[in-house]
This record gives sequence, C-alpha cells and structure tokens, in this order.
Amino acid sequence: MSAVATPARPTASRQNSSGINTRIVNRIVIYGLLALFAVFYLMPLFVMLVTSFKTMDEIQNGNMLSLPKAPTFDPWLKAWGETCVGLTCAGIKGYFWNSIKMVVPAVLISTMLGALNGYVLTKWRFRGATLVFGLMLFACFIPFQSVLLPMATILGSLGRFGVTLQNDVGTSFGLGNPTVNLVFVHVVYGLGFTTLFFRNYYEAFPTELIKAAQVDGASFFQIFRRIMLPNSMPIFVVTVIYQFTNIWNDFLFASAYAGTGDAMPMTVALNNVVNTSTGVVEYNVNMAAAMIAALPTLIVYVVAGRYFVRGLMAGAVKG
Amino acid sequence: MSSVATTQIKLTPERPRASTRARLQDALPKIVLAPSFAITIVFVYGFILWTIYLSFTNSKTFPSYVITGSRAYQRLWGWTFDSDPPSSWYTSITNMGIFGFLYIGICLALGLFLAILLDQKIRGEGVLRPIYLYPMALSFIVTGVAWKWFLDPGLGLEQTLHQWGWTSFHFDWIKNKDFVIYTVVIAGVWQASGFIMAMFLAGLRGIDGEIMKAAQIDGATTFQLYRRIVIPLLRPIFLSAFIVLAHLAIKSYDLVVALTSGGPGGSAWLPSNFMYEYTFKRNEMAVGSASAVIMLMTIVAIIVPYLYSELREKPR
Repeated sequence: MSAVATPARPTASRQNSSGINTRIVNRIVIYGLLALFAVFYLMPLFVMLVTSFKTMDEIQNGNMLSLPKAPTFDPWLKAWGETCVGLTCAGIKGYFWNSIKMVVPAVLISTMLGALNGYVLTKWRFRGATLVFGLMLFACFIPFQSVLLPMATILGSLGRFGVTLQNDVGTSFGLGNPTVNLVFVHVVYGLGFTTLFFRNYYEAFPTELIKAAQVDGASFFQIFRRIMLPNSMPIFVVTVIYQFTNIWNDFLFASAYAGTGDAMPMTVALNNVVNTSTGVVEYNVNMAAAMIAALPTLIVYVVAGRYFVRGLMAGAVKG
Repeated sequence: MSSVATTQIKLTPERPRASTRARLQDALPKIVLAPSFAITIVFVYGFILWTIYLSFTNSKTFPSYVITGSRAYQRLWGWTFDSDPPSSWYTSITNMGIFGFLYIGICLALGLFLAILLDQKIRGEGVLRPIYLYPMALSFIVTGVAWKWFLDPGLGLEQTLHQWGWTSFHFDWIKNKDFVIYTVVIAGVWQASGFIMAMFLAGLRGIDGEIMKAAQIDGATTFQLYRRIVIPLLRPIFLSAFIVLAHLAIKSYDLVVALTSGGPGGSAWLPSNFMYEYTFKRNEMAVGSASAVIMLMTIVAIIVPYLYSELREKPR
C-alpha cells in the first residue's frame, strides 16, 4: 500500500509545495505593497500629529519621525487660544467658531432646498425639467473663478446697502456681514450638488406611492413631509456630510469674501498662522492648528466613512 | 404625472375658489423649484456673462463697463517667456499642463493598481481602505501645511534621511522654481488617489464573476485577465475618474497657496492662482477676468460633452 503510494507522492507534493510557495510569495508581495502605500498615506498625518506634541527644542534637534519624548499638550493650547493670526493673537478658537457658524446654516439650507428640488424634478416632472436640471448640474462644475468677481461686487453693494439700512432702520438684516455672505455663497454654489444627490435618490423611489397618496387627496407638501422625508434618511446623511466637508474645507470663497478681519473661517486663519513670518516659526503650534482644522472633517470621516464615500461617488459618477 | 393632477381638478367640486386652489396646487412644484432655478440663472450664468463682459473692458482696480475690445486677451497671450518680466500666464498654463498630466495620470494608475491589489481577497481590507481614502476628507490647506513640513529640506524628509546616515540625499524641490510644481503633484496625488482607488474598487466589485471564471478556465493568466478583460470593462470608471480629476486639477488653487505660497516668484502658479492674484491683488481686473474665462472654457470643453451624453443616455 505504502510502496505504491510513495512514488506518486513526491511529485504531487513537489507540485503542491511549489504552487503554495509562489502563492505565498505572491501574497507577501501584495501585502508588502499594500502596507507600503498605507505608510505613504499615513506619513504626513503621523508627522503632523507627533510634531504637534513636541517641544520646539525637540523639533529642532530631533528626528521628524520619532515619537515625542515628553509629550506636551501646550502647542494645542497655544494654537487654540494664543497664537497670532495676522496681528491678532488670540488663537484660532474664534475662527473655528466662525467656520461652525458658517457651515451649519449653509449645510441645512442647501440640503433642504436640494431635497425639495429633487422631489419636484423626479415626482412632479414638467416639460423642460431635464433642461432645468442640466443647467443646475453644470453649475457644479464651473470653476468658481468665473463668478468670483461679480459676486464680490454684489456682496460689496449689499454691504453698502446694509450700512444705509443700519443708519436708517437700525438693523442691517445681516447684509454686509461676512458670515452671512459666505452662507449665501455656499448655498448658491452648493445647490447643484444637493439637487443632484436628491434627484438621483428620488429617481428610484416608487412613483406609485405618490400617485396613491395623491388619489387620497394628499397635497404636494404633505406627500413630501409624510412620504418622501421619512424615507430619505440615507441621502440626507450623505448630502449633509458632503456639504459639510466641502464648505468646511473651502478656501477660495473664504479668502475672497472674508479674507481679513474677525470673520475669517478656519481655513483662511490656518493659512495665515502658517505663513505668519514674525519671530520664530513655531512648527508645533502650526501643526496643532492644522490638526484642529482637520479634526471636524476627520471625525465625520471616521464616524460615517461609508456615507462620505457614497457622497463622493454620487458627486463623481452621475447616476 | 400631470394626468393625475388633472383628474384631481375634475374631482374637486366646481367652485371657482377651489379651482383657483387647484391651479395653485398644480403650479406649486414649479413655484418651489423656481427660487433655486432663478438663483442658478443669475448667480451662475448671469455672473459668467458678467465676467466675460469684464474681460473685454479695461477694468483695473474697479470694474469699468466701457468695452475696449480684446486687450486683456492680447495681453495674456502676447506676453511670453521672452518678455521682461517673463509671462506669469505662460508659467501658469505650463504648470497646468505638467500638473494636470501627471496628477491625472498618476492618480489613475495608482488608483487602479491599489484597487486591483485590494481586490485580491485581502485580509484587513476594511482597515486599509479608509487609510488610503482619508486624505480626501482633509482640506487642501491642511494637506498643503502637512506636505510643506514634510518636504522642507531643513526639517522634513531630507533632514531625517541625513540623520539616518544618508548624508548625500538632496531633495529641495519645494524651494526650487523649476521643480516646485512637482511637489504640488505629489501632495495632490496623495490627496486624491485613494478616492480614485475607491472608484475603481467599486467598478471591480461590479464585474460579473462568471466572466472572470470563464477566462480562467480558458487558461488566461492573471495578467492577461486584467489586461484583456477587466481593464476594458472598467472604461466607464476611467471616464468618470478622468472627469473628476480634470475638474479638480483645473480648480486647484488652495493647494498651491498652502504648500508653496505660489512658489519662488510665482513659479508654482496655476491659472486659478493667476486669476486670483491679478483680480484681487494686482488690480488688473480685466486680465484676471480673461484668465477666468479661459479656465471656464477649458472646463466647458471637458464637461459639456460628458454631461450631455450622461443626460441623454437614459431617455425617458
């Protein structure tokens, strides 16, 4: 029995083991490459993070990649409350709140409008709906440089009108307030995206349900509130995350319409902190400031990564 | 849809008031959509026309509305590398060419490569994917700050390798006016390639497993399988990814500002930086507007055929 089996065995096992060997080598190469790229993507964040916990002394004499020997939280505190943005030295906390004050209304308004638009464009189609949608969609892709200057002119006039109102009526109704301006700008240029998201989502929503509700006498808004909204949770999450990330990270509008003064959003303030060239450059404070600016979107990404990716995909691959 | 609405009108009792209400109900969807549409028409298309108009005037610090012809465009294109001072516009579009080509090319290649690697039934894919993708959640400003530090010859990579004993290592691209644009490529690729990977991965997961099996039974090697079957099947993803990247590339502005502050003597400028500088800092509004118009035309040439085909694809 064994004598018969033996001659066959070596060949079989040799084939087998060489097959297994190439497979193992393949796997090692694949995992090695994947790990290498993971290092490439993580490196800048890692360096930023460790640097933000080091003392200046350690930065100047130590290695960029080494862990902090005596981790200190001071750079973070300094970035938050003391560092100089331009000539004001009160940290970036005010600018962080500026961003929040700008992002929250802008995201809510643009998302709500997008939901309504998507609802109309899919469930109440009219002649020319595709053209309307096409025109709104194209607005997502324009380089904002092509509207930057007219918008600055209009915002300037509105601001002057606001001053007049302030003098005559006693309130400017927010006209000329940089944060209000930025909310307006982000709503206007975010509408295309939010409409796109909701339109594509509602496209797949069964129209029969709406017809049935209509026969039962439900009005336009009732259908929206009672039928569409309760079924729109996923796309709301996707849209809110997408808009939040985009508006929080915006720099072009922020620097054009609130580039100086107390109303600067976080991104502009960060750029100013890093490029302030008075005295010794405090790299640890700069890195802590950058981390603070990155944290809100990073947290959203960690908590709701799947929705984040879906939003990007929806914005990229028009359905 | 409208047929249902009509029945509804018929169903309601024929009182004049009710019919007014019904007509209002009928118009309501359009009324709801109207503000958004009006905003888009005015603030996107109206403003674009306004910018185009300005580019044909001689606006300097303030907008002027007297048409003076194509002076601004002649200035842009007639101002070459041989002029004194050499043309920043030519620098910007040359940079755009280098940046656009490398950024799009490397992102596509790297994204596809990583997606294929990740698609080999990898343990820990759930950990690796978010690591490749997270840079997309950061702002260009943060990316720029991080890479500025990392590439700084005195503090970053060069210094680290010197400490490790490789003292001849020299990498000062970020301070070198001929190479600074390549550092923008590095940071840009770092930020976007993970996302392109995710797009390709979604595409790979959508390929019918039967096709792959059939090819394997026919004796195709893995390499052949990918070259002949998988990659051709991913064509639509290539197109979408190209559109996304081209669009990001032309709009890139913040990254150059944060990473290089424009580079030595504006050597890292892209057209977007040129536009901003000329419009808001150098009081050459007409020239700035003309450059914005050229940027817009470039995007239009890429996006409009794409959108047109996408909207046409599924006739209703």
